[in-house]
Amino acid sequence: MAGILEFSPDDRYNAFITTCSEAPFSDGALAGTAIAVKDNISTAGIKTTCGSRILEGYIPPYDAHVVELLKGAGAAIVGKTNMDEFGMGTTTETSAFGPTTNPIDTSRVPGGSSGGSAAAVAAGLVPMALGTDTGGSIRCPAAFCGIVGFKPTYGRVSRYGLIAYANSLEQIGPMARTVEDVSRLLSVIARYDPRDSTMIDRPYDHRPSANVDGLRVGIPEEYFGEGVDARVAETVRDAIGVLEDMGARTVPVSIPAMRYALAAYYVICTGEASSNLARFDGIRYGPAADIRKPWYEAYREIRREKFGTEVRRRIMLGTFALSAGYAGRYYAKAQIARRNIRLDFERAFRSADIIAGPTMPTVAFRLGEKTDPLSLYLSDILTVPANLAGIPAISVPCAGRVDGLPVGLQVMGRRFEDERVIDAAYAYEQGAGR
Amino acid sequence: MKTIIGLEVHVQLSTATKLFCGCSTDYRDDEPNTHCCPICLGLPGALPRLNIRAVEHGLKVAKALNMEVLEESEFARKNYFYPDLPKGYQITQYDKPLAVAGTVEIEDDEGHEKIVRISRIHLEEDPGRLIHVASGSGYSLVDYNRSGIPLLEIVTEPDLRSPQEARRFLNRLRAILEYLEVFDGDREGGLRVDANISLEGSERVEVKNISSYKGVEKALTFEVTRQRNLLRRGQKVGRETRHFMEARGITTSARSKEEEQDYRYFTEPDLRPFRVADLVTGIELPELPTARKERFMAEYGISLNHARTLTGDPRLADFYEGVAYVDPFLAATWVADTLLGELNYRGMRITDVPANRFIELLALIRSGTITDTVAVQVLREMLDACAAGRPCEPPAVIVKREGLVRGEGEEFADVVRDVIAANPQAVADYRTGKKGALNFLVGQVMKETRGRADPRELGRIVAEYIDTGEV
Repeated sequence: MAGILEFSPDDRYNAFITTCSEAPFSDGALAGTAIAVKDNISTAGIKTTCGSRILEGYIPPYDAHVVELLKGAGAAIVGKTNMDEFGMGTTTETSAFGPTTNPIDTSRVPGGSSGGSAAAVAAGLVPMALGTDTGGSIRCPAAFCGIVGFKPTYGRVSRYGLIAYANSLEQIGPMARTVEDVSRLLSVIARYDPRDSTMIDRPYDHRPSANVDGLRVGIPEEYFGEGVDARVAETVRDAIGVLEDMGARTVPVSIPAMRYALAAYYVICTGEASSNLARFDGIRYGPAADIRKPWYEAYREIRREKFGTEVRRRIMLGTFALSAGYAGRYYAKAQIARRNIRLDFERAFRSADIIAGPTMPTVAFRLGEKTDPLSLYLSDILTVPANLAGIPAISVPCAGRVDGLPVGLQVMGRRFEDERVIDAAYAYEQGAGR
Repeated sequence: MKTIIGLEVHVQLSTATKLFCGCSTDYRDDEPNTHCCPICLGLPGALPRLNIRAVEHGLKVAKALNMEVLEESEFARKNYFYPDLPKGYQITQYDKPLAVAGTVEIEDDEGHEKIVRISRIHLEEDPGRLIHVASGSGYSLVDYNRSGIPLLEIVTEPDLRSPQEARRFLNRLRAILEYLEVFDGDREGGLRVDANISLEGSERVEVKNISSYKGVEKALTFEVTRQRNLLRRGQKVGRETRHFMEARGITTSARSKEEEQDYRYFTEPDLRPFRVADLVTGIELPELPTARKERFMAEYGISLNHARTLTGDPRLADFYEGVAYVDPFLAATWVADTLLGELNYRGMRITDVPANRFIELLALIRSGTITDTVAVQVLREMLDACAAGRPCEPPAVIVKREGLVRGEGEEFADVVRDVIAANPQAVADYRTGKKGALNFLVGQVMKETRGRADPRELGRIVAEYIDTGEV
């Protein structure tokens, strides 16, 4: 079984940056399945923009490892999805290609940065999509759009071909309407790739099971405290109640270092980003620099012109955080905070098998509602800890809604216990009878 | 005034593939940008993968320089913008290098053994290379063939006391690296040096961009003179970075901007730290220059100077060991004193010399079949043939064809008579006791006989003839 899948979606949500009207596919576990890929994942022969003008015209000469795997499994890559520029955002509004809207309520953002992938799945344009998650970029839009999104353990999926935003934090992960589909897609992409030196050879071969009998579910007080919308917290507690009805029991846990999580996250991700994004200089790809000018002027000009405001802000923050005289106060301290968060999770996972809480502190914002960067950064508080600790985390829609909008239940697990996290989410999904 | 010099030496390691990708390192004579891939071009999404051979090469050096190898080593990013740097950062090592605290033994300016301390060695990737098209063209080109070639940076303590000493250190370092087979000293641009130099009590100046062994001595000599002159005129030496202009043999002040660079080092998140301590135990070293030098003196009974010269290059030492059996002492003299000079003059390498022919030549010298003078002529003819790509004839054939077999004194009686008759003034000078006059006369006979006679024997014959009127 091999052929061409015709794809002409009604993309009224601006979920795609690029669509492939005729997508080839072949035989395999995903034969003929239409899959959308976030536009920061390299696809040979298909332009890859990261939602940025600075990559205008760039067509990668090679496939990311996950794309090779998708093709090998027979999938049809039908398009590249919209995203916050270089993944820097929580709403998909920083894209140079315009915002994506939320299919549940088009006056709302879909979340970000993998907002295009989430919207494409939620709108039924594709059954599955790939996103990437640096500080919640899969889980946030999954929660806002009412779908399932999974961030694997750091090192479980190859980052080869993923255009880096913050290398030490990010992972590629599956997004779909059901946990079962997320699990299916994960089993295709979680394959060892020696080209990613941060990978561990732990392929994912698992069929989800709904048995949670005796499972200890850790409830961190920090996930239900200040800044979390009370109705969102209540909806998530109800969801956890479903797991308890199915035989799980809750235990209180605490992640005290979480108070430093956001600060640490933003120092680390901007520091790494300031270095990662240095290569966009107009020399080898993207819009060409003006070669008549001295190189440093040409660089300055093209980078000022083609990077968006949020990207430039984060490059400047990161450059500052790594500067001589400041690195000790910011970057080094952030690494210490990161280690403390990891240790807090390790401690919590001694009394709990999984940890559950809300994915986002609120439901989806209105388009244009959040203009102040700091308040946007604050909305990442519940997702960044999993990235800092490198642990697997999923967002699965709660049965209840707030103001008619979806709420995500977040489940986190020990490193390389992605299977257990998938099982818990699957159990909830079954138990909630969706 | 004491001169204080420390060096940062960058050498290209001779691995088959680049430091972080599978591209071949052998791009000599190939078109620009033909040895590249997404990784060494720094394409978005590509990830580095460490070439373990480069680490092994580095650890060989660490062991040979008696260094302390760290338990764990890691890579870091050095962030700066330049058009030859495809990622906008160089992957290098910062606070966890491969090894620290080593030593290299050299001879100081008085010929005494001295220790130069090595502070650290670390691995890093070479950037690409800018090709400046004709000036005024308004643009430059970038060749990424070199991008990602493994470099080993070797940093010395400020233990060198003269430009000559610095040169000798580099020669010794090069010999060690070549013995370890981790470095090809003949490769263009294979070695680059940054030098820190100060006069005691004054500020330190960094000279960047020196790309040859001779250049190091030249740049440092220039700097010593420049700094001395400043002080003599009552001025101060300012702390600064200077560039060496190889063609003009001078250093010029670099833009002050370059000195203010903040490289914003941080751990490379795409590579894991690696345990060097485990790797180093499996590494075995070959015989190194110092050990070989001592063995040459003991085994072949040759002088310290000959042994030093012969072991300064592993291929030279191999050549010597291949020909020494004829007569170790004679071979040492002929290889170290004569052959090397003739090779340098022709820009040839020791590997260009056919050892079997050289052995035959040594045998002719040893048996007394030819004089030393003739032997030099024959050697030159052999080397000229090699240099021109012609087959190298056996020396015996050359000697026979040109009639260069050593003659007995009597054979030259006529020549001696003619020379004496033609040079009455020299004869008169000799009679008044001027020794130089005899040498002149012998020289004339040698010239006429194309060196076939033994000069000592000739001296005796000429003197006898003048004294007695008979040969």
